[in-house]
Order: sequence, then structure tokens, then C-alpha cells
Amino acid sequence: MASKLLNHCHLRALCSTHVFSPRFPHPTRATLTLLHFRPFSDAPSSPPPEKPQSYNNTRNDIGMEKGPTQTPSSLKELELVKFASIAETWWDSEGPFKPLHVMNPTRLAFIRSTLCRHFRKDPNSSRPFEGLKIVDVGCGGGILSEPLARMGAAVTGVDAVEKNIKIARLHADLDPVTSTIEYCCTTAERLVEEERKFDAVISLEVIEHVADPAEFCKSLAALTIPDGATVISTINRSMRAYATAIIGAEYILHWLPKGTHQWSSFLTPEELVLILERANITVKELAGFVYNPFTRRWSLSDDISVNFISFGTKNAQ
Amino acid sequence: MNRVIARKLAANVSRLKVRQEYFCTDAAARVSGFYRGQSSQEHKEKNDFANNIQQYDIAIVGGGMVGMALACSLASMPLTKHLNVAIIDGNPALGSRVSLNKGDPPDARVSTVTPATISLFKDVGAWQYIEQNRHAYFDKMQVWDYTGLGYTRYNARDINKEVLGCVVENKVLHDSLLSCIETSDFQKTFHPSRLTSMTLHPSSSSMGMDSTLLKTPSSSLGHLAKLELSDGKSIFAKLVVGADGGKSRVRELAGFKTTGWNYSQDAVICTVEHSVENQCAWQRFLPAGPIALLPMGNNFSNIVWTMNPKEAMNRKLMNEDDFVKDTNAALDYGYGPHPKSSLLEMGDMFSWLRGDVTLSATEGFEVPPKVVKLASERMVFPLSLKHANDYASKHVVLIGDAAHTVHPLAGQGVNMGFGDALALSRVIAEGIAVGIDIGEVTMLKKYEEERKRENIMMMAILDGFQKAYSVDFGPLNLLRAAVLHGANYISPLKRNIISYASGDQRLPLFS
Ligand SMILES: Cc1cc2nc3c(=O)[nH]c(=O)nc-3n(C[C@H](O)[C@H](O)[C@H](O)COP(=O)(O)OP(=O)(O)OC[C@H]3O[C@@H](n4cnc5c(N)ncnc54)[C@H](O)[C@@H]3O)c2cc1C
Ligand SMILES: C[S@@+](CC[C@H](N)C(=O)[O-])C[C@H]1O[C@@H](n2cnc3c(N)ncnc32)[C@H](O)[C@@H]1O
Repeated sequence: MASKLLNHCHLRALCSTHVFSPRFPHPTRATLTLLHFRPFSDAPSSPPPEKPQSYNNTRNDIGMEKGPTQTPSSLKELELVKFASIAETWWDSEGPFKPLHVMNPTRLAFIRSTLCRHFRKDPNSSRPFEGLKIVDVGCGGGILSEPLARMGAAVTGVDAVEKNIKIARLHADLDPVTSTIEYCCTTAERLVEEERKFDAVISLEVIEHVADPAEFCKSLAALTIPDGATVISTINRSMRAYATAIIGAEYILHWLPKGTHQWSSFLTPEELVLILERANITVKELAGFVYNPFTRRWSLSDDISVNFISFGTKNAQ
Repeated sequence: MNRVIARKLAANVSRLKVRQEYFCTDAAARVSGFYRGQSSQEHKEKNDFANNIQQYDIAIVGGGMVGMALACSLASMPLTKHLNVAIIDGNPALGSRVSLNKGDPPDARVSTVTPATISLFKDVGAWQYIEQNRHAYFDKMQVWDYTGLGYTRYNARDINKEVLGCVVENKVLHDSLLSCIETSDFQKTFHPSRLTSMTLHPSSSSMGMDSTLLKTPSSSLGHLAKLELSDGKSIFAKLVVGADGGKSRVRELAGFKTTGWNYSQDAVICTVEHSVENQCAWQRFLPAGPIALLPMGNNFSNIVWTMNPKEAMNRKLMNEDDFVKDTNAALDYGYGPHPKSSLLEMGDMFSWLRGDVTLSATEGFEVPPKVVKLASERMVFPLSLKHANDYASKHVVLIGDAAHTVHPLAGQGVNMGFGDALALSRVIAEGIAVGIDIGEVTMLKKYEEERKRENIMMMAILDGFQKAYSVDFGPLNLLRAAVLHGANYISPLKRNIISYASGDQRLPLFS
């Protein structure tokens, strides 16, 4: 345990100067052994570590993706049970997913500006993503997929929980513009097996719920065309994030059902940058989200200590 | 030009007639989701109907000044100009445009537009039409009262502006917006009809596995509001904008409650003529309420005179010469003496307020130009204040007088409405930029938050003025005279007050 902690600190010390700034040169020192950098030990009150994955019937009970379990999977059952249990509330803007609704314009503004710049799209257009194929991995009820479709993209939304996909499909069909979204109950790994490729791969607030973030990033990278874009957002593993996301959002404000987040599964920005680097994705842009309780709005900032979003491009091999 | 519009309207009407047929059958009702559980064959038919009915991105109910300003603003922004908009108004003025003749005496219904409104009109491309018509800029304003204790003169120079405002007839404002929308290639459809009822669809927010939405065959109309018009037609829209004035039907149908009161005071409004040109806005507080004299260009001015209803009726009916005499008295020696510029009566009780602020050069008190003739009919309007507790919910939002009415004092009414129109169009553009559905309530609430703050502030100021000046208590008179007087000397304070009144969106006094 101590060595894990040490390892973690070491990593921080090595990377902080390079990686903390919102725009930074390629972190070329990604050769560190990163496989075991996710310590449980320093979580103030994290629940006991879960048992290794056991693929039993509960899977079908909650209606999540079925299929051969031999392929390495990013699924973390307990996480999926949580999402399945509140699936019906995806589109209730005052419900459990309220934070995602409130944050949506802000994260979409980041996506709009980075993708417009990278793909040289007209930022004044109401459908700037026309001609882009985008996959939304862990799309949930489609809170992100729908705006992407309205912005002109050909969107594929995938989620491991079948109930989510059903809700997403129904909701998207309400509007002809979003009814073109392709929704499938599947995983990133499965899409890789099917050799699907996308101009942009987006996965927001998902990586903290997957079993193996490094493998997950490799799958995302494999789905991205060379010189395509990969956008990931998540919560930082910092004391402030612990206070804000878990104590604040789950316990005090009751925004999120208790147990939605497990602090120990959070990645720090430098960890994310490094595992992406190993997956052949260079992070070019990193921004934080800060919440202003007075205006009750999120805005983009340099402060990546709680919620952050990264934009990277796939290196041409 | 008028004929062009008439033709367009006729074309629209005939198009509407054809479409109405769909709504004669119960298919219409089914489209709106009242009946459920038909066979899939029926379902298919239903969707075919859905493809033919009139669907819009936005339905603006009320094509008055504020509704048209919203349309113009949407037409002028890159992110919103593609929107498909319906404008619903039963007022024939929309179809047959009034003829504007610069030679005629000005209409009595005018607005004092602020620099903020002027820049909105310039941005949307409507100001050029105002410039072709009658309008009167003014760069000076004098406020005083009948006690003779204090007065304030404002000058545009004090706030580094060219002008304090511009007085424009409402019909000129309206017509300029119509010309502006006419000449744009914005997709708009005028419906010469009134809104009678409205169904804001069951919100999809409560979409549970067992809820009705899952049982309903998915329909592409599920996210739309349905509007029924007085001519029997129905249209669908993602967003309904209530710009239908103080008696808003949209507000009523959406269930928004209002707070407000009547002042049991009326305003007498008319146009008058001088023998010289008036270039200043004047306001004098009389025992029963303020009288305002606004420059209208040439030798004309507009009068807004507040008084109790009985007096108002009297002044409306009295012969013209007597009315002119009364007016001149009210603007000069009537009710009390001219104010002296000295602060003697007050002692120096306000010196602490001044601190080490440099005093602006004091301008002397002036008497407004004499009125020689009445130049329009006299109109009487009751004064009231009304504010909607909410401006927005899913699929529906209020702007202009539908959201708030104030008395005409300080001429802020329509400026607040223009502020709403601009703010709403910006919020819609921001939403479109990030792919948010335009009926989405979180987006609309952002508009509400922004405008409510502004509007309530302005209403509180106006109501405060109204209260302070409608009761005749000795000490209160002294106090307000001191405030007026103080305002004349304390530049930064004065600057804040005028800045606010001219729409610069700053908090008064404390900024
Ligand atoms: C006596 C008086 C004096 C004023 N003086 C000033 C002043 O000096 N300065 C100033 O700034 N403001 C003044 N105001 C206020 C100003 O006139 C209003 O703020 C302004 O007209 C508001 O514009 P609007 O577009 O919101 O509403 P309105 O101008 O009331 O327009 C509403 C429109 O909606 C239409 N409509 C209504 N119901 C329906 C329906 N069910 N279906 C379809 N259409 C409908 C009507 O036909 C109308 O065209 C004054 C108001 C009054 C009454
Ligand atoms: C917090 S939600 C985020 C939803 C959506 N991306 C958004 O930001 O609006 C996380 C989602 O990821 C899904 N999920 C978790 N693990 C996953 C995995 N390994 N593969 C695919 N989806 C997963 C969950 O079912 C859930 O819908």
C-alpha cells in the first residue's frame, strides 16, 4: 500500500510541471509503468475494494449488454447496476442527472470550439459538424448525443446498459433531427472488433466507471481515425473533487444518488494524459469546469482540480 | 410595399385554408396525441399527416414592437437566421401597413428609446428606416417639481454620450421593424389570426418506462407545442414566444401568475405644437403626478401627464384652449414657484454625500417652450404595474409587456421589452451553437434569470418614483427635492442614474 502511494506521488512529481498547464507540449515521458497507479489507500472513506468481476446472471437482469465474455471487457458490473436503476430519469432536468444537464452547454462549447478548429469547420454555422462521424461512448440517455446530432454530426451512441439505450432511442425519436442517431447497446471493445472508425470519439463522464481505464482508452483510440479527435471528460482524484463531487453532489445537495462515484476510480489529469499517450493519442487541450453556486452555471476554466475535459488527436501511425 | 404584404398575407391565408382540411377530421386530434393505441397502419397515416402540418421552430404570438424586434434580431444573427418562424397577430396593422407621412402631425403614442435600444435597432438593420422617418434625438433633460425646492438637469456630455435618447412614434418603430423583416430572407410566415388555445406537450422530462410516452407510438410531434388560432387553424412549434402585450393570452394559457397593482391614476397623452423647436426632455412633478414634455422634432412635442381618473376625464373633454392653458401652467408657474438653485433650505446636510467629488458645472434652470396648440386627439390610459412571476417554462417564454407592464413614466416600457427580445435571441443563438433544443427549459430559464433581474430593478425604480411623487407630504417633498438637487451636483451619482435610465445595464447608485 505504501509503495503504491509512493508510486503515485512519484508520478505526480514527475509530471506536474509538464502536464498541469492547460496547454502543454507532448508529455514524452509516458514510458512510466502506469499499470498500478490507482491507489485505494488514500481515499478518505472509500468503500472496500470490490471483488474481481464475476460474470453472473445479474447482467441480464439489469438488461445490460449481453454476449461473449471472453474478450477483455471494460464493464464494471456494480457501476452498471447503479446506472440501470436510475435510467428512467435521464431526461428529467431536475433529476439525478441534473449535473450533466446543467454542464451540457459548457462541455458542448468546448467540443464545438476544439472540433471546429481541428476539422476546420465554420464556427458561425448552426450545423458545424456536418460531414463528421462521431461516436458517443457511454451515451446514457443521449444527453450529449442529441446536441451533437443537432450540430450536424452523424452520431452513433453506445452504452452498456440496454435500458439507457431504450430511453435514448425513444427520446431521440421525438425530434426528426435527432431521430437519425444510431443507438446500440454495446461497448467500445465490441465496436473495435467490428472495425468501426469515427472522425471523433467522445466519452464524457464514463472513464471513472470502467474496469480498466488504460484498456478503455486503447479502445477509444482504436475507434478514432488517424488525425481524428478523442474527447474525454471525468472527475479528478483530488481532495477538492472528493469534497465537491462526493460529499457535495451526492450527500449534501442530493444531486447524485449516494454511491454514484467511487473516489478511488478517479483519474488525475496527468494520469489521463499518460494513458492516452500510450494509446497513441496526444492531448492538445485540457480545460476544467468550475461551478458557480451563485449563477448556478458551469464555465470553462484553467482550474482542472475537480472536473476536467481533454481534447486529443490520434497520431498518424 | 403595402400591397406586397397584402399579397403575401393572402397567399398565406389560402395556404392555410388548404391545410385546415386536415384539421376537420379527428386525425388532427390524434396527431396531437390525444388518442393513443391505434394500429400501426393508423400510426403511419398519422405520421404522414405530421409531415404536412405546419411546423415551426418558433411561433411568436403578437407582432407588436417587441415581437417584431425579436423576429428581426433572430433574422440578423448567423446562428438563428435559418430558423423557421411563425408570427401570429390578429391586428390588421400588420397586414396593411400604416402610411407614414412626415408632414402629418406626430402620433400621440411615442416611445423614448434609449441608446441601448438604438444600438439594437442598428444591429438588426432597422435604424436606417427610423432615420428615414420622423424621430427626435435629445441630449438634455430637466427634472424638477412644483415645490420649487430643487431641480436636476442632465446632459449627455455628463456620461460621455452624444444623446440621452430619441423620441420615436410607436408606429414608426413598428414599421421600421416590419420593413427590416420584409427585406431579409428570413423564413417567416404571418398568420393574421389570434391565439385561442395552446397545448404545451407533456414534458418528456418525466419519461419513465411505464409513463405514457413509452406507450405512445413515437411521434415526431412529441416535442412540439400546439397552438390553435381563432380562424380554426392549428400550428406546431418547438418554442412559443408570448409577445402579446399586457393582456397576454400566452401568459394565461401557460399558467404564469402575475403580481401587480393599479395606481388608480391615468395618463393623458397627446401631441402639442410650439412656436420654436423643443430639444430637451422635460419632466415636472406635480401634486397629482408627473407631466412629461418630450421633443418630437419640428415644433412638436409629446405630452404624458399623470393625474387622477376624474381629472383625466376632465382634461380629455375640456376645450382645446383651456387644455393648452392648463398645460402651460403645469410646465411653468402652476402649483408652485420655479426652483431656486441654492441649497439654503437644506442646510448642507448632503455635503457628506459629495465627499471630494468634483462638482459638475451647474446649469441654470430653464422654462420649457410654451405650447401654442394641441396637435392630436387626447388619449387616456390607466396606469398599472404588472409583472409575471415566471417568464419561461418548457416550450414557452414571455417577452415585452406580456412579461411586465409599467406606467409610461420615464418611457422605459418598450425599452425593457426590446431588452427582452435581444436577450432571448442571444440565448437561443447560444443554445443553437451547442445543439440544445430551443424549447429546452434550462436554456429559457437563463433568459428569465437575466431579464428578471434587470426588469425588476427598473420596475422598482419606477414604482419608487411613482410612490414618492404621488403623495403630497411636506417632509417627503423636502427630501425628494434634496435628492433631485443633490443629483444635480453629485456627478458620479447622477451619471449612474442616467446610465441606468439609458439602458446601460448597471446597478444604479452602487456601481
Ligand atoms: C398609454 C401608454 C403609454 C405608453 N408610453 C410609453 C412610452 O412613452 N415609452 C415607452 O417606452 N413605453 C410606453 N408604453 C409602453 C409600450 O407601449 C409597451 O411597452 C409596448 O407597446 C409593448 O410592446 P409589446 O410588443 O410587448 O406589446 P403590444 O404593443 O401590446 O403588442 C402586443 C401585440 O400582440 C397582439 N396580440 C394580443 N393578443 C393576441 C392574441 N391572443 N393572439 C395574437 N396576437 C395577439 C396585439 O394585436 C399586438 O399587436 C406605453 C403604454 C401605454 C399603454
Ligand atoms: C455518468 S454517465 C455519462 C453519460 C453521458 N456520457 C453524458 O455525459 O451525458 C456514464 C454512462 O456510462 C455507461 N457505462 C459505464 N461503463 C461503461 C462501459 N464500460 N462501456 C460503455 N458504457 C459504460 C453507463 O451505463 C452510463 O450510462
